[in-house]
Amino acid sequence: MKILVCISHVPDTTSKINFTDDNTKFDTNGVQFVINPNDEFGLTRAMWFKEKQGASVDVVTVGGPETEPTLRKALAIGADSAIRVNSEAKDGYQVAKELAKVVKDGGYDLIIAGRESIDYNGGMVPGMLAALIDANFVTNCINLEIDGDNVKAMREIDGGKETVSTSLPLVIGGQKGLVEESDLRIPNMRGIMMARKKPMNVLEPSNAETETASVKFEKPEPKGQITLVDADNLDQLVDLLHNEAKVI
Amino acid sequence: MSVLVYTESEQGKFKKVALEVASYAKAVADQMGTSVTAITINADDISELGNYGVDKVLKVNSSDLEKFNANSYANVIKQAAEKEDTKVVIVSSSADSKYLAPLLAVGLEAGYASNVVEAPSSASPFTVKRTAFTNKAFNMTTIDTDVKIVGVSKNAFGLKEHKADAAAEDFSPSVPESGVHVESIDVATDKVTIADAEIVVSAGRGLKGPENWGMIEELADVLGAATACSKPVSDLGWRPHGEHVGQTGKPVASNLYIAIGISGAIQHLAGINASKVKVVINNDPEAPFFKAADYGVIGDAFEIVPALIEKLKTFKAQNA
Ligand SMILES: Cc1cc2nc3c(=O)[nH]c(=O)nc-3n(C[C@H](O)[C@H](O)[C@H](O)COP(=O)(O)OP(=O)(O)OC[C@H]3O[C@@H](n4cnc5c(N)ncnc54)[C@H](O)[C@@H]3O)c2cc1C
Ligand SMILES: Nc1ncnc2c1ncn2[C@@H]1O[C@H](COP(=O)(O)O)[C@@H](O)[C@H]1O
Repeated sequence: MKILVCISHVPDTTSKINFTDDNTKFDTNGVQFVINPNDEFGLTRAMWFKEKQGASVDVVTVGGPETEPTLRKALAIGADSAIRVNSEAKDGYQVAKELAKVVKDGGYDLIIAGRESIDYNGGMVPGMLAALIDANFVTNCINLEIDGDNVKAMREIDGGKETVSTSLPLVIGGQKGLVEESDLRIPNMRGIMMARKKPMNVLEPSNAETETASVKFEKPEPKGQITLVDADNLDQLVDLLHNEAKVI
Repeated sequence: MSVLVYTESEQGKFKKVALEVASYAKAVADQMGTSVTAITINADDISELGNYGVDKVLKVNSSDLEKFNANSYANVIKQAAEKEDTKVVIVSSSADSKYLAPLLAVGLEAGYASNVVEAPSSASPFTVKRTAFTNKAFNMTTIDTDVKIVGVSKNAFGLKEHKADAAAEDFSPSVPESGVHVESIDVATDKVTIADAEIVVSAGRGLKGPENWGMIEELADVLGAATACSKPVSDLGWRPHGEHVGQTGKPVASNLYIAIGISGAIQHLAGINASKVKVVINNDPEAPFFKAADYGVIGDAFEIVPALIEKLKTFKAQNA
């Protein structure tokens, strides 16, 4: 089985979000970038298929040279080789199209992406990719078992879970549950050393078109003052929620 | 040319988000000088849509569509969009709609913007405001394709009443085979889900252990709320994963969010900031949540929560 894990290079979850160039660009100053958390769960599950079922695991990102340390981290966790499509990620469709080309050229059977990226939050790329390459698609995936071409997966749905059966080729949108938090791997010294020797293939983009364009960013209004209620005076809280906030 | 809106139902009844997206579709249709067509799949009584500005309803009833399937549903909506020569399709941000929208987008060669919080600021270029960076910012985005898909954030636009005909028309699209088959569904039907809830009661590591969730469930029960938790609580196995909210968990966009024994870490707040009113109960006045909430009580959750339950019961009895 040939697995491709799609990695989105995102600001660390604690990052302060600011913008430059008249609020049109994300300010990367002082921001630490990481593997998108949903992708990290997927990558770890891919390592399981590699170790238990002899799958090969490549990672891919569509992004500039600044994304290479993130791909190196994925190599240090255990991926075999990395692919970087040398283009800025402009919108979900453009990224999906570039990825579709990588999948077709590489003959991958299983593509593991994340449910959504924590920066763009589009939740668009995996589904669009699946539709473009005519593969099956399961998102919000919290469990994945593969036997030959047969796939059993579990999906988180509103208020519960759904078990589905499907087959390869398949794209999944993974999330926590695919593996547990405690199964996530921190690259060790040996992994980091080995990652330096693993291939980092830089591909020129096919210049896929975009369908949407970011015009500018805005930050939410600063929050007003909190109203504190005395612990001995909870009637006041009930009253405020009823008469002022009108939510009960 | 009408604006097409997918109005979701569950067991034949419209979900609340269906009425919200219908309201949104009406606003877009007004801007573009056209009408609203809804597509329903196995909904029983469609008349309610007439209260939210829907002029015409394409009613699909098919046993092949009994269980939600992203491929088949996307394909059916695509056929409706083509039949209506639609330029704008509106969907919600439910798990189902987020699943099918990217498939529909490729099918219709349409640009798609998800998590949209306001009516378009301009129809040409078609410009919408969406959340990005997990609610830490907004992004103004244009959709540049001929056909456009807008995914509306829950609770962002609200319900806007508007009388219209909601004239029903039976629609029998072909239902293609999907490569994904639902084997079984496991949902707690007696519980309010985080996605649907108007009120969410959430608790964190401050509760000390899973044995202390009785009072959280009771509080949720009194309020008709869903229960949720912080990430460490589900990582520790105190509560199921499905309750984990925040940047890497479920998003919460309820009217009221009550956080009990949760410190208010940036990753937690990112996922719940879209909630309208936030209440924090924490014994540490320095907890960051106090900077993010609208109302707060400083003190021991083990005393405050039971007392609050009693006050709310009295309130309910008086306002019943
Ligand atoms: C990549 C990444 C992603 C993350 N994603 C998420 C996410 O999606 N969601 C999320 O929640 N977290 C997330 N986190 C974790 C986050 O950083 C915090 O660690 C977590 O939210 C803390 O949970 P907590 O508030 O329950 O626990 P704690 O931080 O331990 O806080 C417990 C709180 O309870 C209070 N308390 C203690 N006893 C009492 C009492 N008797 N009465 C009242 N109050 C009491 C304390 O004062 C304290 O404020 C993420 C972290 C990382 C690194
Ligand atoms: N630039 C990118 N390169 C590779 N994969 C990506 C990229 N952007 C998004 N993805 C994948 O698509 C998933 C969903 O991203 P999004 O559609 O942006 O929410 C991510 O978790 C990644 O797996």
